[in-house]
Amino acid sequence: MAPVTFLEAIRQAMFEEMAADPSVVLIGEDVGVYGGAFKTSEGLLEKFGWERVIDTPISESAIIGAACGMSYLGLRPIAEMQFIDFIACCFNQLTNFVAKGHYLWNAPAPIVVRGPSGGGVHGGPFHSANPEMYFVHTPGFKIVYPSTPYDAKGLLKASIRDNNPVLFFEHKFLYRRIKEEIPETDYTVPIGKAIVRREGKHLTLISYAAMMHVALEAAEALAQEGIEAEVIDLRTLLPLDEEAILNSVKKTNKCLVVHEDTKTGGIAGEISAILFEKAFHELDGPLVRVTALDTPVPYAPTLEEAFLPNAQRVYTAAKELARF
Amino acid sequence: MPGSETRAKALKLSRQQHLDLYYYMRLNREVEETMTRLFRQNKIVGGLYSSLGQEAISVGSAYALEKRDWMAPMIRNIGALLVKGVPPRDIFTQHMAKFTSPTKGKDGTSHFGDLEDLHIISPISMLGDLVPVLTGVAMAGRYLGQKIVSMTWIGDGGSSTGVFHEGLNLAASQKAALVLILENNQWAYSTPVRRQVPLENLADRAKAYGIASYIVDGNDVVAVYSTAKEAVERARAGEGPILIEAKTFRRRGHAQHDPAEYVPKEQRQYWEKRDPIELYEKFLTQEKQLDAKAKKEIEGKISALLEKEREFAENSPMPPADTVATGVYCAGDDCHKIRPKWERPIQELLPPKSSVDPVWVVEGFGRGGSSGGSMAPIHFGDVPAATERPVEAKSTKARDAKCTAERASEGGPHKNKAAQAKASATKKPVKKGAR
Repeated sequence: MAPVTFLEAIRQAMFEEMAADPSVVLIGEDVGVYGGAFKTSEGLLEKFGWERVIDTPISESAIIGAACGMSYLGLRPIAEMQFIDFIACCFNQLTNFVAKGHYLWNAPAPIVVRGPSGGGVHGGPFHSANPEMYFVHTPGFKIVYPSTPYDAKGLLKASIRDNNPVLFFEHKFLYRRIKEEIPETDYTVPIGKAIVRREGKHLTLISYAAMMHVALEAAEALAQEGIEAEVIDLRTLLPLDEEAILNSVKKTNKCLVVHEDTKTGGIAGEISAILFEKAFHELDGPLVRVTALDTPVPYAPTLEEAFLPNAQRVYTAAKELARF
Repeated sequence: MPGSETRAKALKLSRQQHLDLYYYMRLNREVEETMTRLFRQNKIVGGLYSSLGQEAISVGSAYALEKRDWMAPMIRNIGALLVKGVPPRDIFTQHMAKFTSPTKGKDGTSHFGDLEDLHIISPISMLGDLVPVLTGVAMAGRYLGQKIVSMTWIGDGGSSTGVFHEGLNLAASQKAALVLILENNQWAYSTPVRRQVPLENLADRAKAYGIASYIVDGNDVVAVYSTAKEAVERARAGEGPILIEAKTFRRRGHAQHDPAEYVPKEQRQYWEKRDPIELYEKFLTQEKQLDAKAKKEIEGKISALLEKEREFAENSPMPPADTVATGVYCAGDDCHKIRPKWERPIQELLPPKSSVDPVWVVEGFGRGGSSGGSMAPIHFGDVPAATERPVEAKSTKARDAKCTAERASEGGPHKNKAAQAKASATKKPVKKGAR
């Protein structure tokens, strides 16, 4: 069993689900002949044919609309956004039609919308976005944002089998940078469950996606100083695993959230509110946020480095927090 | 009503079909008049949108569908809902926000659907969104091997939204079995069609997507039905999406609150004289399909039905407040009852049978045929793109010539892309005043 990349894990999940269930189809721009802009769907057209791997015009609203319509006849479409930034183009179709369907008229739409997200690869302001919070604010979606190949495969399979619309964010910085041995047998990772990546007792670092690795790096450095940080990987942003957050903070009494999304309106604010509502008396220090700046994602490497959180910034903020 | 007699004869409408169309138009109008009374009694919770004078379009087009077909109406297509089998009580309870309504009070008006039985998709206020959704329905139907057609409606106003064009373009490139009724009632709220679209006929929007289109008198129910029937059959046969512009007039304001004083008096008078129900009644009487007795029977049937349905709605409770947070998610084993109904062998869709070469040449592209088995879709290798590849230029060229010849002999609406490109390249630029 050779270790596989994050990208390969996603490809495997789609391949296995399509092989097991003919109701699973893939629709998006350049997903067929080209195999996807990042090659996440490479080889799927060869195996599953034109009817199941559907290249579309550059029409994100039509992609989502069609995927939704297909799901009404019992299919389970995976809709790819070539870059997740373009999900803004189909915001209306997603938030007004897809997300509200089950609440309003009992119409489940089991579709997965997936695509490469995140910065750190100098993609500039239109190819680096983390638009997850627009949708976390929309009742009706499930929002998944994995950080490891194992989780990417297991969560994507779970998303495809879920009866609700799932937005599945794939951090493109991780696509080819991390490898992991993953089972060759079928498995899923449950949506809505966070995981403790590192145990600790002095403070809790909460993160997800690429920043989870930054949090782990910072935790390593903190350990050198005798500060044991517990690292929690959220994996799913909606529904948020409140229990995992509260359990950890009740143990460590201090919490730092690190995310690559911009600060205002990011998930850290939501976690902060949950802690104040449900663990006020457990907190020994302020909730600390280490996030990207409240700007668009800049292009120049010097600017992007200044924009993004990094292990040094997490380490410094955590040390400060540990003093409380 | 020019054209009606010939069309009726050509289609050989039975007396029962005539009486069905008449019944549903009358029912459509009476349902709305009942709701206008309820509105004046303050029993309608939100707005009320009238389709007065547009009943022939809703009824005539939906009547062309079979039970297995799918549709997504607009807010004014009450007649289409009735034809597809929705009981009037659902429309009343929806408007009155009752717990017994299809959405249990969570949405109003005709915003509801039925995926399992009637194959109706709920409208949404963001116009145009349903065009790609119904495209997806048609694509899924073809994929499953079902010979279904999907139908949706759009207004003159909604045909300017981006998603209308994205959807129609996708439908055309997929050759989806979609029939799109463009209901041109000449007013988008207070803005006349001339101020919205620089086209004489909105059916010309079809030209941009290389699909077939029709223009029909929207106040002539037989013409609407005959045209829709022909379009549905063509779409079912694999000819791709078809756009029908039905010309009509919105006789009331955008909604009940709007007196529509912006509408010129002459225009209103012209269309009031062309009431679709009065026209049809005259036609049926002339053709000896409807006499005073039959008319009275229909009227009696409708008023008895609506009395019962209105009472049910009025006596229904409002939703209990504690249901507010239910149903956001589909949770539990039985929340998703939709199973794919396969009408073709699944093996065709799994390896190794499904395997293909990943190149942009697919046998059968653009000929209304199929890429695989007889039920497989036409999914489209791209012949013009292949001609750009020098190695295959010769053989592709020969095939193009063959395609062109075939299409010419078929007389279908889809011309060969390469031939089209050549033709447009040699054409003189369009004169500025041509629009």
